[in-house]
Amino acid sequence: MDWELFWASLWPIVRGGLLGTIPLSIMSFAIGLVIALVVALARISGIRVLSAIARFYVSVIRGTPLLVQLFVIFYGLPSIGLLIDPWPSAIIAFSLNVGGYAAEVIRAAILSVPKGQWEAGHTIGMSRSTTLRRVILPQAARVSVPPLSNTFISLVKDTSLASLILVTELFREAEKIAAFSQEFLMLYMEAALVYWLFCLVLSTAQSRIEKRLDRYVAH
Amino acid sequence: MSPTETPASAPLLEVRGLSKSFGDQEVLRSIDLTLHAGKVLVLIGPSGSGKTTVLRSLNGLEQPDTGIVSMAGGELEIDFSAPVPAKKRLALRDRSAMVFQHYNLFPHLTVLQNVTEGPIVVQKRTRADAEAEAIALLERVGLGDKGDAYPFELSGGQQQRVGIVRALALRPQLLLFDEPTSSLDPELVGDVLTVMKELADEGWTMVVVTHELVFARQVADEVLFLDGGVIVERGAPEQLFTAPAQERTKQFLNRLLFPF
Repeated sequence: MDWELFWASLWPIVRGGLLGTIPLSIMSFAIGLVIALVVALARISGIRVLSAIARFYVSVIRGTPLLVQLFVIFYGLPSIGLLIDPWPSAIIAFSLNVGGYAAEVIRAAILSVPKGQWEAGHTIGMSRSTTLRRVILPQAARVSVPPLSNTFISLVKDTSLASLILVTELFREAEKIAAFSQEFLMLYMEAALVYWLFCLVLSTAQSRIEKRLDRYVAH
Repeated sequence: MSPTETPASAPLLEVRGLSKSFGDQEVLRSIDLTLHAGKVLVLIGPSGSGKTTVLRSLNGLEQPDTGIVSMAGGELEIDFSAPVPAKKRLALRDRSAMVFQHYNLFPHLTVLQNVTEGPIVVQKRTRADAEAEAIALLERVGLGDKGDAYPFELSGGQQQRVGIVRALALRPQLLLFDEPTSSLDPELVGDVLTVMKELADEGWTMVVVTHELVFARQVADEVLFLDGGVIVERGAPEQLFTAPAQERTKQFLNRLLFPF
């Protein structure tokens, strides 16, 4: 094994992670969560049209491969005159994807809050939207942290697909070095190692958040 | 601390013709009741009699099919036979506050935050003002040292007293109690009933759904016995408990006094 190459390529790969993978993941996740909240609220709104649109969206996102979604946006849309750069394309695709998956998580979390909490909000004079914001969502947040963390960790790894639409991120850096050095096994393993380290950090963050949100629950 | 004053002559609460069905099952049939400020009305009856539905209709948590709820001599009147605008529903809830059987405290907020949430967020009072009043109220019910605790750290009896304080902090004209002691261990019931009796003595206007007959007898100004969605009998507690006119009332009271 070429250790010199290993150490020399470590920084470019990590940098690809810091400048590509991480910002791509964070931005897509943030936008995706907003989409997910809107979709979840549409589904439980009781308004049939809204609920149907939301269900359709979730069904399409979950029923099609992320790679295909990414290619439709980056390679497909130009055919109808819509040219989007690699970075925005990636963010759009990943946000829509997160939106579809997280919507179901958030919907389930909202429904898991007992009906009595809505009534308690109403009885102290809160409107539906205030009750949702001040009473229901904070409690739903606690329930949804573990599944949403899974979504985020999946997303971090899925962003490697963006290398296929020329976004410079962790995996693309590894590929570039592998291509000229021909050390495929080592560089792909190295990329895997860096992804794994990133995800370890995220798992730690997840348990911290869970602990914080669990402070009001009996153990 | 005293409830908001209303004209003494006009009733604070008037309900006319409240009816509700689930499918083809009638749960309420044309309920009428009148309550003057400072009085305590107790609703008793077997489970499924409709007493909780009546109570919940009084602040719009339940939507009756028809009927009129009128407060403060008609100042606010809601006719349930037409769709109720959200604004009117909120106005109704501004005047009353509910204490629930299962407390329904906000688990993610401390005791103090539970009490100040309504005054600060809904009534737009200042935090300092709301907290000072909340602390005074908590001290009153013996929970002055629990402001920073979360609900799960309290016993059922303590949680229910917080539930009562949360209601009082809204300074409502009308207090609604939905079986407030039914989920408490027997030895904790007394603390809650004591607080409720003090509130009645202070002149709060209250509607109470309960199975606590001794409480009803001591505190109520009027008792309504409901069965099958109708008011079978109503009267002063002395009369209703000692000499019920209706056979069904007699049977119900006997079942509660001599369960086996």
